[in-house]
Amino acid sequence: MPRFLRANGAHRHLEGWPLVFTVLTTVAVLVGTVVEFAPIFLVTGAVEPMETLEPYTPLELAGRDLYIAEGCNSCHSQMVRPFQDEELRYGPYSTPEEGAYETPHLWGSKRTGPDLARLGGKYPHLWHVRHMEEPTSTSPNSIMPPYPHLLSTPIDLSDLPAKMRGLRRLGVPYTDAEIAGAVAIAEAQADSIAAEVAAQGGPDRLADREITALVAYLQRLGVDRAELEARTAAPTAALR
Amino acid sequence: MADTIAAAATAAPTEDASRFEVFSYDDQVVRWFVVATIIWGFIGMLVGALLALQLPFPEANLGEYLSFGRLRPLHTNAVIFAFAGNGIFAAIYYSTQRLCKARMFSDGMSRFHFWGWQAIIVAAAITLPLGITTSKEYAELEWPIDIAITVVWVVFAVNFFGTLWKRREKHMYVALWFYIATIVTVAVLHLGNSMALPVSMTKSYPIYKGVQDALVQWWYGHNAVAFFLTTPFLGLMYYFLPKAAERPVFSYRLSIVHFWSLVFIYIWAGPHHLQYTAVPEWAATLGMVFSVMLWMPSWGGMINGLFTLRGAWHKLRDSVVLKMFVVGITFYGMATFEGPALSIKTVNALSHYTDWNIAHVHSGALGWNDFMTFGMIYWLAPRLWRTPLWSQKLANWHFWIGTIGILLYVLAMYTSGITQGLMWRAFDDAGRLLYPDFVETVIQVRPMYWVRLIGGTMYLVGVVFMMVNLWMTIRRAPRQLPDPAVAMPRLGPARHGAAAAGGDGHGGDGHVSAAPVVA
Repeated sequence: MPRFLRANGAHRHLEGWPLVFTVLTTVAVLVGTVVEFAPIFLVTGAVEPMETLEPYTPLELAGRDLYIAEGCNSCHSQMVRPFQDEELRYGPYSTPEEGAYETPHLWGSKRTGPDLARLGGKYPHLWHVRHMEEPTSTSPNSIMPPYPHLLSTPIDLSDLPAKMRGLRRLGVPYTDAEIAGAVAIAEAQADSIAAEVAAQGGPDRLADREITALVAYLQRLGVDRAELEARTAAPTAALR
Repeated sequence: MADTIAAAATAAPTEDASRFEVFSYDDQVVRWFVVATIIWGFIGMLVGALLALQLPFPEANLGEYLSFGRLRPLHTNAVIFAFAGNGIFAAIYYSTQRLCKARMFSDGMSRFHFWGWQAIIVAAAITLPLGITTSKEYAELEWPIDIAITVVWVVFAVNFFGTLWKRREKHMYVALWFYIATIVTVAVLHLGNSMALPVSMTKSYPIYKGVQDALVQWWYGHNAVAFFLTTPFLGLMYYFLPKAAERPVFSYRLSIVHFWSLVFIYIWAGPHHLQYTAVPEWAATLGMVFSVMLWMPSWGGMINGLFTLRGAWHKLRDSVVLKMFVVGITFYGMATFEGPALSIKTVNALSHYTDWNIAHVHSGALGWNDFMTFGMIYWLAPRLWRTPLWSQKLANWHFWIGTIGILLYVLAMYTSGITQGLMWRAFDDAGRLLYPDFVETVIQVRPMYWVRLIGGTMYLVGVVFMMVNLWMTIRRAPRQLPDPAVAMPRLGPARHGAAAAGGDGHGGDGHVSAAPVVA
């Protein structure tokens, strides 16, 4: 038997030294931490953004924060795995470069509902409005909760400049003009979405409601990636 | 028994004041933590039952503040940090004082810890339904609350290490090793994962982005399970199981080997939550390898627990405490076998994103954490309130209805999880998805959500039985519950050596005798 483990061995002495014991325990848990994180933070550094990646517009950012507040990520992932069935069902698998501006990440851990990483452009704006108001109206047998309050609650855009300033400090490339004009930019996009919803036969006057921001965000998901696919596919198409 | 010791203790100084010193244990704070454990446990599990109802019956989403997405983090925070948290604090405050033969370092800090922690829980219960959340799993609370957690945890740590410093036993018993690992590592994890830039009082963005944020999050998430739901409960097991069984711990050597290997290996396993995602391949593979290795130290704990009952198995018949502990440790063994299995890439490809994970966490939570906590409470209550338990029969009912409830719960979730995994990847002969519409898989598992609700409700009924039992016990308790006094030989310059001879819990035969002299 190793001396260390004997009833009066070295470990027995260690049990009399709480400070040393605590230091050794801390070292034990830090080894794995350092080995796993050092390469990702030091060597790889920050992940290079995807060529076509743009920061969220102010309204999309507001929508993303609503997505977080409602806990959508409890039931919906945003991470397509490199499997044939997932690519058929959702679209191209997710890459690290897509997430260069994602803070926090919203990959999720559970698919009570489908993955949303490639949702943008899949349905018209009106579909999303109806779906959020009453999910079974667009998706019979859905078990998703209804979110009618998103259609009635006015959206608060006043904190957008502070949020964008914060994100810029974290490395998201917002310009001074975008930050200064955040509210106006958001309102313009909201007006255009609300007008489209109305034109599609949906409810009127949604421009200042939370639903518009959420729709803006959902319609953005996967769009930058699709843009990249289109760019790389273009030369091949030209050859044909 | 405690009374006679107390009497002896108060008598001792008059005989020979110079040779003895008398001190008392702070059991009041333990009683508070026990009561808080039960109350928060009921609330957390009630929210869980509501969530379980909302899945097959969406009409149970009761408006903006009580919809699934906002209540889910409330459920996880309540059962992990409020219920299990108060439970481990009760275990730590009760056992540390006895293992150190010393009162807690500071009564004021003990009370600050208790009330601070309850205030944090209340803050969580208010902010999460309001939609104030970081979205990071098991770390949803926003930055002001994160700071409060840090402050309370530091006070807890100072109080705990202060008690170690003024202990009257030279050697620290294995339970204390696990408490040390808990306190240090939870602090590291909380600070590492909560690094964020506030943009308002209720909103912040993590300083990590994308892949980095995911890796930090699951380094935290996985090790919150390790160091909030495993190591403190192993400490609890090492103290309360030998007490209840009146047997020494099976193996001292095994406790050393499995302690160090567990704390070293656990931390590496986080990236197994991210198999096949956008994280680097090597990180996910490393996470898998260490997860498989983790099976052995985990089972070291299970074996040391179950084998402690060697020659004492007949005691299970009459002891609801031991029944709870044995089922708890068995579920620990099953969950820590299943965990490594789920981390293996080919298994994970099927299980990830499905209800299989829900089954896994609930066999760990309902089986291991909760049954260990219930067993501890049934053992502690008669001692803390100096009154026999009101009804052994009701406690037995709690055990059986809880056990059947867990089994129904996990079997339903295994069925639905594997069903989801198989349906999502099913192809027809032509190579198209067999179930292209996601909702087809939802319809298929919906009956299982009802079965889960039944299992979960049975489990909750068991908790209500315990609340009634405890309430009736406490009602019959004496009005005055003075802190139990203890007499120890006065410590001279060779302070620790003298006390160690008194029996610090470790036998000299290579086994750990977990029975300190004074209960």
